[in-house]
Amino acid sequence: MLIIRCPICGDRPELEFRYGGEGHVARPAATEALDDQTVADRLYMRTNPKGLTVERWRHVHGCGRFFNAVRDTVSDFFVTTYKAGEPRPDLDALKKEAVR
Amino acid sequence: MSAPFRLATGGRIDRSKPLRFTFDGAAYTGFEGDTLASALIAGGVHLMGRSFKYHRPRGFLTAGPDEPNALVGVGASQDRYTPNLRAPVVELHDGLVAESQNRWPSLRFDAGAVNDLFSRFLPAGFYYKTFMWPKSFWKTVYEPKIRSMAGLGKAPTAPDADRYTQVYAHVDVLVVGAGPAGLAAALAAAESGRRVMLADEQPEVGGSLLHDVTATIEGRPAAAWVAETLAALEAKGVQVLTRTTAFGYYPHNMLGLLERVTDHYANPDPKLPRERLWQVRAGEVVLATGAIERPLVFPENDRPGILLADAARAYANRWAASVGKRVVIATACDSAYRTALDLKAHGIDVAVVADLRPMPIGPLVDAVRAAGIRVEAGTAVTGTRGRLRVRVAHLSRLDGRGGAHAPEPVACDALLMSGGWTPTVHLFSQSRGKLRFDEGLQAYVPSVSVEKERSAGGCNGVFDLAAVLADGYAAGESAARATRVRAPASRAFPVDGTHPVTGGHLGAVPHSRNPSAVKAFVDFQNDVTAKDLKLATREGLRSIEHVKRYTTTGMATDQGKTSNMNALGIVSEAIKAPIPQIGLTTFRAPYTPVTFGSFAGASRGDLFDPVRKTPSHSFAVEKGAPFENVGQWKRAWWYPRPGEDQHAAVRREVKAMRSSVGMFDASTLGKIEVVGPDAAAFMEMLYTNAWAKLGVGRCRYGVMLREDGFVMDDGVIGRLAADRFHVTTTTGGAPRVLNHMEDYLQTEFPHLAVWLTSITEQWAVTAVQGPKARDVIAALVEGVDLSDAALPHMSVVECRVCGVPARLFRVSFTGELGYEINVPADHGAAVWQAVYEAGQAYGITPYGTEAMHVARAEKGYIIVGQETDGTAGPDDVGLGWAIGKAKPDFVGKRALARPAMGAADRKQLVGLLTEDPATVLEEGAQIVADPVFEVPARMIGHVTSAYESPTLDRSIALAMVKGGRARMGETIYIPMPDRVIAAKVVAPVFYDQEGARLNG
Ligand SMILES: [Zn+2]
Repeated sequence: MLIIRCPICGDRPELEFRYGGEGHVARPAATEALDDQTVADRLYMRTNPKGLTVERWRHVHGCGRFFNAVRDTVSDFFVTTYKAGEPRPDLDALKKEAVR
Repeated sequence: MSAPFRLATGGRIDRSKPLRFTFDGAAYTGFEGDTLASALIAGGVHLMGRSFKYHRPRGFLTAGPDEPNALVGVGASQDRYTPNLRAPVVELHDGLVAESQNRWPSLRFDAGAVNDLFSRFLPAGFYYKTFMWPKSFWKTVYEPKIRSMAGLGKAPTAPDADRYTQVYAHVDVLVVGAGPAGLAAALAAAESGRRVMLADEQPEVGGSLLHDVTATIEGRPAAAWVAETLAALEAKGVQVLTRTTAFGYYPHNMLGLLERVTDHYANPDPKLPRERLWQVRAGEVVLATGAIERPLVFPENDRPGILLADAARAYANRWAASVGKRVVIATACDSAYRTALDLKAHGIDVAVVADLRPMPIGPLVDAVRAAGIRVEAGTAVTGTRGRLRVRVAHLSRLDGRGGAHAPEPVACDALLMSGGWTPTVHLFSQSRGKLRFDEGLQAYVPSVSVEKERSAGGCNGVFDLAAVLADGYAAGESAARATRVRAPASRAFPVDGTHPVTGGHLGAVPHSRNPSAVKAFVDFQNDVTAKDLKLATREGLRSIEHVKRYTTTGMATDQGKTSNMNALGIVSEAIKAPIPQIGLTTFRAPYTPVTFGSFAGASRGDLFDPVRKTPSHSFAVEKGAPFENVGQWKRAWWYPRPGEDQHAAVRREVKAMRSSVGMFDASTLGKIEVVGPDAAAFMEMLYTNAWAKLGVGRCRYGVMLREDGFVMDDGVIGRLAADRFHVTTTTGGAPRVLNHMEDYLQTEFPHLAVWLTSITEQWAVTAVQGPKARDVIAALVEGVDLSDAALPHMSVVECRVCGVPARLFRVSFTGELGYEINVPADHGAAVWQAVYEAGQAYGITPYGTEAMHVARAEKGYIIVGQETDGTAGPDDVGLGWAIGKAKPDFVGKRALARPAMGAADRKQLVGLLTEDPATVLEEGAQIVADPVFEVPARMIGHVTSAYESPTLDRSIALAMVKGGRARMGETIYIPMPDRVIAAKVVAPVFYDQEGARLNG
């Protein structure tokens, strides 16, 4: 069972968390002048990369906060987590760090 | 019964404590310290079962958890019966009852053994080849036949009478395996003062040292050293768990351990659980899981009496049980020479040691020769004889060209074999560590770690006892210091009376017999032979993962512990590719089988799932109501009067509610309080409707969409104050809706000052519905003008009811005048009772969920999750009116504007009236446009709700039909297995279409 670092509570077992889909996907707000294809992409298309991916998680059986996480889809392990609203980290830099 | 094969002296058994037991109904006696296997071997029993596919007689192969053959069912009664236990790890207790498996009618005569004669019709992959045609035969003929013939044990027929517990533990260092390497590792880790746990699957620590009667460590006999070391570890506070198998290695150093607590007792303390499942999170792990001896793959290597050489040594040294009177040893490894010496020392006749190697040398070989035992170099076993027990071994000198010379028959009652040792890398591999093929050892050994672990001793490819102890100590020290760097062994353990062991063989043993006529077994449990593997390679399979699935080698319950490396060797030779190129199959948890009971733990029966009861639960029980499970809730389904069936009760309840008054427990509705200065702004974003202008004290039916524009939930929402909304959700939807709200509040609209609180459990709800509803509650409600003008339909007021604080809603899910009285949950039962008593004057009728469903369907009120399925937009289910078109934004608004959401052929909610009013449609039934159709028919919709309506006195249904609103008045068809039902498309509101009764 993975240990996940909640940015609020610290290290906690996987059972306390719930996956929340891909991170940093912009909401297709009605006020935006988006064409239908862009709306469909935002609603349905996800990246599914091999390697580092950015995800939303919620510490649902803990503090209840949603946060973002970088996870490696090859090893399954989390690379880093950060609070919602903070900018998307530089994945290439994280990759280099992981190699080191 | 006597024990003719019990050695006169020695062993770790307590001869003062005899234990009686039965095997297949025959009585035997063993001693405390025996296993079922050692006691049967002492009793001269080797025939233990029939093999899986060919039903060949089989005996013990090993003395440990790697046993593939000797599977038994144990238990005197069905509620304490466990099938498929490996006899070598079943500890004996007085009164133990065991039986063999996979035989019919008896073990000595088995009808399935004809499979052996017809085996040329059962080649590798035969399940795939044979039983594919005709297709209809699979369910009716092949599968039942195969199942009855192929059974591996019988599942018990009674519920498990035992109790199982689960324990969580956190330790700094977990050492798995308490053989020499594990003990040394635990010693080193304990020196550091860290929290150390040492787990071993056997009843006592010591591992291979428990059957080593010649080695000394630090000047003491091995067994004495083990006892002293155990005492030292316990003195240092090391937690030592015996009878505890580390079966699974999960991410971040979480290991699953199964502790067998009571199976070895004749009369266990009833306070003890049968097993404990440990979930251990370890800072660092030392794997000291040892090594497994390999069989030799020679023709007819599977007769009872043919065992692994070190197993025979263990039976003699540890359990004083002799595997035979006259043994032949076939080997490619020095370790079998230890067996020869130890058996001879026990007075057992060792006829010959046949060594595959052309020129075996070394101190062990010299010692065997010096003991006067015949040694034949460059010699293989090329066949055996004996029906239910081996009686002759054919020894042939290898000709050096891949064949063998004419055999010499050697009489024996046991044939012992050793193909060398395979490191037990299962847990390392489960941890996703990378293995490396060591050419020198001809074995896979741990290479690159993923988790914080290190392997030591046999599982690390280290076999010399002094080196094993040093390796273990160094691993324990590096674990205690939490470093991967192995310090040079800072403690040497002087060892004597033991010799280094080399040699081994992978693959089949050469012979000159007709290869298509002999069976040399690789995987004993799944009956896979060298021939099957070669056939698989001839049919084009190259990867070991494919060969495994095609032949089923390594796929039995033992996961190929004794067979995987030989299979690799055979495939490697057959396709002329080095072993690392063929790969190695994946090791998966569990290492050995784990009971379902331990995984379930306390989650059985009443404790399987939490039960949520409504305030009226006892009332409903008293009235004899059956309960409907809705999520974890128990809801009264209907309240039968004497002699009434469901149909009659529901009919009466609906009619009574519509004609006078009914009451219903609606406490299970999800409830969320949305509070804060920005509460209305937040509601504007989360629901399609407009909220800003909703007056305090007014209610509105709200529709919640997902961002993709599909209906997610609905419910009546009351505004209690400018900054406070009382939101209701569907019964099952409350957690999902709260999560959805939190998500948007935290991530998309964090600027809004809003707080969300689940209040489902805080408020009990009694719904009072019907023309007399106002009259019933009037006497109970304090200080509220209940008139239509003061408290109209869709309004809410905070007041007191029956003297307790209440939120009184004027709402209806039945189409009648109705109220929902919310009171603090603790008062729910009292208020329910008070309403019931006040309603007696009007003949108030409690109704259950079925009547509620019927009543709402008569009105065409949808249930999210019944009429909708996650692909229905608000307009599809007739809720277009609830969309605030002037609102600049809400969740799902942009998606609703996509062209597909407005397509004319979307499925839309309609009502259906069957041509025959007595016919009630089946919910979920598919709908077609034409009664004459070819299969597969083009379906245009499905039935979502269907009932007999007491109010209309005929059947009604709701359905989602493509372009349904344009089909009003058309006839559509619902094909059923026996007929096609015709129905007319109508508006989905069947009763009181103008809604006059709401204002009653
Ligand atoms: Zn948290």
